[in-house]
Amino acid sequence: MGMTITEKILAKSAKKSEVEPGDNIWLNVDVLMTHDVCGPPTIGIWKREFGSNAKIWSKDKLVIFPDHYIFTKNPQANRNVQILRQFASDYQLENYYDVGTDRYKGVCHIALAEEGYNIPGTVLFGSDSHTCTSGAFGMFSTGVGNTDAAFIMGTGKIWEKVPETLKFIFDGEMPDYLTAKDLILQVLGDITTDGGTYRALEFDGSAVFSLSVDERMTLTNMAIEAGAMNGIIAADKVIENYVKERSNKSYDLFTSDEDAVFKQVYTYDVSKLEPSVAKPHSPDNLDTVRNVQGTKLTKCYIGSCTGGKLSDFVSAGKLLFGNKVKVPTFIVPASTNVAKQLEIETISGVSLKQIFENAGCVIAQSSCAACLGGPMDTVGRAQDGEVIISTTNRNFPGRMGSKKSQVYLASPLTVASSALTGVITDPRDFL
Amino acid sequence: MEKIIKGRAFVLGDNIDTDQIIPAEHLVYSLSDPEESKKYGHFALSGVPLQSAGLPQGAIPFIKGDASNSEYNIIIGGANFGCGSSREHAPFALNIAGAEAIIAESYARIFYRNCVDGGFLIPYETSQKLNDKIKTGDELEIDLNENTLKNFATGESYKLRPLGDVLPIIEAGNIFEYARQNGMMI
Repeated sequence: MGMTITEKILAKSAKKSEVEPGDNIWLNVDVLMTHDVCGPPTIGIWKREFGSNAKIWSKDKLVIFPDHYIFTKNPQANRNVQILRQFASDYQLENYYDVGTDRYKGVCHIALAEEGYNIPGTVLFGSDSHTCTSGAFGMFSTGVGNTDAAFIMGTGKIWEKVPETLKFIFDGEMPDYLTAKDLILQVLGDITTDGGTYRALEFDGSAVFSLSVDERMTLTNMAIEAGAMNGIIAADKVIENYVKERSNKSYDLFTSDEDAVFKQVYTYDVSKLEPSVAKPHSPDNLDTVRNVQGTKLTKCYIGSCTGGKLSDFVSAGKLLFGNKVKVPTFIVPASTNVAKQLEIETISGVSLKQIFENAGCVIAQSSCAACLGGPMDTVGRAQDGEVIISTTNRNFPGRMGSKKSQVYLASPLTVASSALTGVITDPRDFL
Repeated sequence: MEKIIKGRAFVLGDNIDTDQIIPAEHLVYSLSDPEESKKYGHFALSGVPLQSAGLPQGAIPFIKGDASNSEYNIIIGGANFGCGSSREHAPFALNIAGAEAIIAESYARIFYRNCVDGGFLIPYETSQKLNDKIKTGDELEIDLNENTLKNFATGESYKLRPLGDVLPIIEAGNIFEYARQNGMMI
């Protein structure tokens, strides 16, 4: 019987000739990633369980990006970064990207791609739910908790139940008013926040393969918002070239077999889709931008692993060019590399950074920032009674700070056009 | 492993995400320092909107005043309990607060794994919706041998879905003990 991409990668990792959904298997992990929120407790559990002579199973496979609570005065948050720093020093970890040095990268999921850790055909676990982002590279990637991460840190292995796969085929030509964010919000509206639980989401179709690497990561990033174990897109030439520029590791290209079994197949014609939002307080609370057009806003936010990539800022920059924002608008590049690109990338000779400054936006340093609220002094954090439109990934009560705030999730085009009017606005009004 | 869990119910709605279980600003505290980790108990379920806490009445705090433990030790949820982030601080916080088991229609994958592999709580599934049948404060009894839940307030009993593949990990205590018992680690 045929296998899906996910099944093939899991079979390879478990050293089996084939697997099928429901099989409980032990995987050999290629990369384990952690950060400042979940790293310290993971290290604590690892030391507790493996003892004073604990060994990291493979030091070159452990990658640590402090990224969550970085630019804060909160003493416990700073202590967590210090724990990572000490750990990296004690164990001489090469793949540690310290804050306050030129090695600092910012948000882990984007940094994993940029630093060449995303290798097609491999298995990556991370102590963060959005680890599924890396699936855009034709690899299996998923989030786990501290205990599982500690277990991997000591053994290089972890159990997993082989997921069924849901397939999403996007055909047609992407209109200039849509981005990958609109596509994934549509998926979430269709299958809801638990429609993907214990399942893989595979994205396919000509529209998907027309997307940039950044945009593909937006699709796989939000697979977890459907509860999915992983999101995945077969690696093509675009991915191969991106990987080769950043890594000399060998890779395996897998595609789903013709006779692979999918739990369900969903087909979309992207030319018929509309700019979308997820209304408060759930990522599956789908509506068209048109239907909520005019909703008064207190803040606009463009950032995070979902919506703080270069492609997101190029989209926003097109609309903000030569204009002024009407409400406070935060620009938070996901990584320091993206921040550098904002100075290099230009529209009509003006850098993106300059465009955002001229428009009156606040440009913050790279980190997870207000996507998950964070300590009270986090830039852009939601205050009581705020109504925010954001390119981030979650709008559960209190996700961006105050549980009395309301958050709409949308594409960078929709957020930028809303910034220009102060109310939720369809990007087609400006394009 | 205890075969009977007795206690009082705290009832919640569907889609209780990890930000509601433990809001992100609290994720800075140590989980290994016994005194500091009590903060997680204190803030457990503090992100649940007031009207949705302690159903059906609502506005019932899980933790009272300055306490770090709760008078409720069995959580009754609905569909998709624990969705959202991977933070293990969520089942940890419920555990520190004194919760021993959750009964829900379904769980988000990472939360479920964290409950089991970390040995924090027993996550039972039910095929029927119970968060509209059980009231916060009802006296309950879970029988782990029979996989049943009894509500003394109404006299009703409910079948729980057997824990299946993860039972050996729960019985061992956590994934590390399970691995030791099976020769996978020393």
